[in-house]
Amino acid sequence: MKDIHSEQKTYKFGMVIDLDKCTGCGACMVACMAENNVSFRADETDKLRSITWMRVYKMTNGLPFPDTEVCYIPRPCMHCEGSGHHRPAPCIAVCPATATDRDHETGIVSQIYTRCFGCRYCMAACPYHARYFNWWDPKWPKGMEKYLNPDVSPRMRGVVEKCSFCYHRFQRAKNKAYAEGRREIREDEYQTACAQACPAGAITFGDLNNPQHAVYKLKNSPNAFRILEKLGTNPKVYYLSTKEWVRRGVDHYLEEEAQD
Amino acid sequence: MDSALIPEGVKRCSFKKFAIWIGVLTIPTLWGIYAALLCWGKALNQTNLNDNFPFGFWIVADLGVIALGAGAFFTGFLRYILKIEELKNIVNFAVVIGVICYASALGILGIDVGQPLRGWFIFWHANVHSMLTEVAFCITCYFMVLCIEYVPLVLENRRIDAYRFFHFLSHRFHQAMPAIAAIGVFLSFFHQGSLGGVPGVLYGRPFAYRSGFLVWPWTFFLFILSAIACGPCFTLLITWITEKITRKQLVKKSVKETLAKIAGWLLASYIVLKIIDTIYWASSTAPRVGINFKSFYANQPYGIWVLITEVGILGIIPAIILITKQGRSNSALLILASFLNCAGIFMNRWIMTVQTLAVPVMPFDKFASYHPNWQEWATTLLPVWIGAMVISLSYRYLPIFPQERELNPA
Amino acid sequence: MFPFCFEWVNDAAHFVFMGSLYTVLGLVFVLLNYCGIRAFLDYLYEREVEDK
Repeated sequence: MKDIHSEQKTYKFGMVIDLDKCTGCGACMVACMAENNVSFRADETDKLRSITWMRVYKMTNGLPFPDTEVCYIPRPCMHCEGSGHHRPAPCIAVCPATATDRDHETGIVSQIYTRCFGCRYCMAACPYHARYFNWWDPKWPKGMEKYLNPDVSPRMRGVVEKCSFCYHRFQRAKNKAYAEGRREIREDEYQTACAQACPAGAITFGDLNNPQHAVYKLKNSPNAFRILEKLGTNPKVYYLSTKEWVRRGVDHYLEEEAQD
Repeated sequence: MDSALIPEGVKRCSFKKFAIWIGVLTIPTLWGIYAALLCWGKALNQTNLNDNFPFGFWIVADLGVIALGAGAFFTGFLRYILKIEELKNIVNFAVVIGVICYASALGILGIDVGQPLRGWFIFWHANVHSMLTEVAFCITCYFMVLCIEYVPLVLENRRIDAYRFFHFLSHRFHQAMPAIAAIGVFLSFFHQGSLGGVPGVLYGRPFAYRSGFLVWPWTFFLFILSAIACGPCFTLLITWITEKITRKQLVKKSVKETLAKIAGWLLASYIVLKIIDTIYWASSTAPRVGINFKSFYANQPYGIWVLITEVGILGIIPAIILITKQGRSNSALLILASFLNCAGIFMNRWIMTVQTLAVPVMPFDKFASYHPNWQEWATTLLPVWIGAMVISLSYRYLPIFPQERELNPA
Repeated sequence: MFPFCFEWVNDAAHFVFMGSLYTVLGLVFVLLNYCGIRAFLDYLYEREVEDK
């Protein structure tokens, strides 16, 4: 895309999720679905076909009782940065119709539902399973259409969708700031639904480049890490854990690789 | 009844028998069309595809038939550009097979995408960095080229040729054939390679990802080589099947052996490079992201047997048969080697597509398996039946085998 | 995608990639027309062309 945003204030929105605080309650998943008009079916038993922009994975340390430890890993879209112009996010590089792209202003990886023609190459490219295909047309229970979020367009069958970091909330915050004559938006003005819903306060959201934002400090913590960092996808979602087995459990290590 | 349409000096079965044969082929065709309508009408929930396996049998079939259809461009390249005159006796049939293969690929893609009516977005909003864009461009253009190569064959039909204009048009097309073949070669080299690039560039999928040269991963080059190695063998295989059904020899043995020899050496080179690529990937590319290559084969049914079967049984064995004179001069062995070669390439496409997706990348993710359901089988086999009809019609009404009269005197 | 589209970028990738597409389409168009026109002229003047 043409760089028409060179004069614009740019952000690098990202997330830090404290896994020591996460209880695996799933409130983030519910909030995400409600906020983003994520469709569902009467029977959601087939988890390989249900749409969960935010999905909580479970990981254990693999030890038998009583040494078993469990960790829950909420996984939104990682909004990968990739490395430079020649290696963008895995999904952006492959989409043949430019239906997914990196927003220059926010760093958010977008998904244009009306442009996606459903080839699903982006899904094959994403190692995080963050992308979901609409195997059915959305069917809302009677009367529920009235409760859909008017700021988010529902998706039709045959297209891919994924977490947008509640981009519509950014637009709303920007409009408000503009109306009030401000150029920048405040940290609390733009928060994702999952971050606000988390009862344990495990999810922090903000501008990773802004030293005033909480995520800036948290991502520099010695306990911060990202999932599958070695692949070079360069995600904008960081995790925190004081447990080494958790930090090592989200990536691959050869036997001879030293413990960190 | 249709004798006026049948080429001069050749013998064909009665029209009744032919109609019954076409009728028989219509039954599974209707089954395939029904499955396709289900997928279009009720969406892709009609398949066994899911979010872990966004690509499945259809994409494997696409990659497979395009590789098998490479016989058309490569035989054209050998005949029109390298001027191996002998191959003029099989190039027509290679074109017919190519048309069928590429039409199949486009047809299957038309069912596979979630929003087929938006297919043109790939041209209108093209992402020039995507391998799939390159594939779409080249396949569409090459299908056009193949149709242009097929048209002069149709114009040679006795009745059509009787019209003076079509007679001249056919001649002019034949004159332009080297130029058309050259365009076909250019397009084919690129899209066969890009198809290899489709899995090869997935740096989020260490099983498929390969380093490479400039923007092209090594799979780009391996797919070109494997396609030109199996394409001619597929042409030989279909020629053999046609000969068995028609109970006639249609192409001289020497022609088949020439093609087999070329395919054999290409297959041998491919297998050598594939082994080098596998060693480099297992010892360097995968360990760089912390993965021991053995873990890729830890999930059944995708054990290490997959690699051994693909490279050994379906690669080395046919290559040995095809490059040795004794091997390829034995008709049974030649056909066996051609079959193994084609099966090996098809298996490679399955591995690069389905196994790539089956291997969990996040360590805490679970292995999931995939197998196609009847809708996927029916739609994927649809081109086989339609292809059989096209070959039957082409064989009956067009002079596609120049040696037929000589080999089967009336 | 055409050079006047809003998504067009003046970079090597676009020139090479889209350039190749239009070159191929152009060549095919020219060849088809050449064959058609020559055949029409042959037909008009009943010229017998050399055997293929």
